[in-house]
Amino acid sequence: MTSILLAMQGAVSQGILWSVMALGVFITFKVLDCADMTVDGSFALGGAVSAVMILKGVDPFLSLFIAVAAGMIAGTVTAVLNTKLQIPILLAGILTQLALYSVNIRVMGQPNTPLNGVSTIVTILRDITSMQKSIITLILGIVIAAALVFILYWFFGTELGSAIRATGNNEYMVRALGVNTDMMKIIGLFLGNGLVALSGALVGQSQGYADVQMGQGAIVIGLASIIIGEVIFDFLVSAFKFKLSFAHKLLSVIIGSILYRLIIAIVLQLGMKSTDLKLLTATIVAAALALPVLKSKLPSSKNKKIAA
Amino acid sequence: MLKVENVYKTFNAGTINEKKAIQGLNLHLEPGDFVTVIGGNGAGKSTTLNLVAGVFLADRGKITLDGQDITKQPEYVRAKLLGRVFQDPMLGTAADMEIEENLAMAYRRGKRRGLSWGVTNNERELYFERLKMLDLGLENRMNSKVGLLSGGQRQALTLLMATLQKPKLLLLDEHTAALDPKTAARVLELTEEIVTKDSLTTLMITHNMKDAIHYGNRLIMMHEGKVIYDVKGEEKKQLHVSDLLKKFEECGGETSDRMLLA
Repeated sequence: MTSILLAMQGAVSQGILWSVMALGVFITFKVLDCADMTVDGSFALGGAVSAVMILKGVDPFLSLFIAVAAGMIAGTVTAVLNTKLQIPILLAGILTQLALYSVNIRVMGQPNTPLNGVSTIVTILRDITSMQKSIITLILGIVIAAALVFILYWFFGTELGSAIRATGNNEYMVRALGVNTDMMKIIGLFLGNGLVALSGALVGQSQGYADVQMGQGAIVIGLASIIIGEVIFDFLVSAFKFKLSFAHKLLSVIIGSILYRLIIAIVLQLGMKSTDLKLLTATIVAAALALPVLKSKLPSSKNKKIAA
Repeated sequence: MLKVENVYKTFNAGTINEKKAIQGLNLHLEPGDFVTVIGGNGAGKSTTLNLVAGVFLADRGKITLDGQDITKQPEYVRAKLLGRVFQDPMLGTAADMEIEENLAMAYRRGKRRGLSWGVTNNERELYFERLKMLDLGLENRMNSKVGLLSGGQRQALTLLMATLQKPKLLLLDEHTAALDPKTAARVLELTEEIVTKDSLTTLMITHNMKDAIHYGNRLIMMHEGKVIYDVKGEEKKQLHVSDLLKKFEECGGETSDRMLLA
């Protein structure tokens, strides 16, 4: 029983650290409506840069900022390929992601970098507070996620943030209203991949190593988190009749990310092999994306709509 | 106000789909001119508007607006001089954003967008007053998503957005064509109200010849990428649909059913 509880607690901590990545995916995929595939690469880039910086003697907290900057550069590369060089966004992201595989190995000098015997933010906080590592990860994750929700809510309410949201909504109109939509996309991908790299750095420090493979499938995990969060909040809205604000949407991404990790922990406890997880994740995302289509084909839901 | 001088535009040049859309277009609008534009399909009406708006650039020639050479200016830069309403009601507004957020986007046309809050309370009062003028009850739904509005409501809102910051030139690209006749009439009335109130220089494409004669102080007919008929003032007021049809056939234009029915 305790092993299950421990697994659950670990899942929640992991979910919160990965939710930072999901917030980045939320900005590019949902807010900006850009299918940015850079994510898998920029996640590992964040982990790699942070790990290497720590080994070079840089403060672990400062290494987070350097990781964010690296992620932002990666996002900008994709955005410039897309906007200035007119490469379709999907391909632009895949190209950057592919290139980042080599870059990440260059950064680390090898395919992975263990953080044995050096201090990370987790070990530093453990020494200060003398709490358990898993509890520290949890609290750290909550603080960072809460701060990010606050900052993103503010930013997307500003004139600039509104212009980015509007670009994702109706690019044509926004250009007619005097907004440089190329610049909005660059800023969006810049911010999104900065968050993704931050998440990679946090995950790397909490697990004690960075690996060139650590971002594999991140994009789908991010989408799964967003979709799970959407489903939960759709249910809450219909149950409690409140207006879904942008802050709710940001919160739903974090809750979705935690639930995703809980689902994974449960199926692992039930005896599924960890190598089957990618199949499971892909199935969850495909099923969730197919849900609206399947619903509309069911006669009962049609009748419900008319009755409503 | 607007000067289009000897402008040419060819699409898909050098291919089998080559289309010479605009062939030596000259057009000169005085400040306060309200010009209606008619012509058959492929006459170059929309292309003219899009060239002025900067959706694509002219191959040759020069376009000046309010004394500024805008021939090579990107669309988002010259947007500060222009108000635009499109044929498709979905194009002019952001469906997933609130009415007031859409208005706030339009209120900042041509201005720097920084990190101050996207909608201020002072603006809300202004938006409330302006929406009230539309007489569609939208002033009480400022926090509704635009996606919930009807096509006519969205088009009225787009018109308001296009003129919220007084534009040097208002471009209307068949902005009532996708609406039912009653709504179309209401949106046209609103258009005239707003254009007259702010004495806006306006270029309005229409397929409806009656509207073309009834609205504005000047009418131009386009054919094969050129202006073939330009009439204003008293002479324009005396026009009948039959005159326009005759003129149209003289130039070898094919009258479409849509023009006759309108």
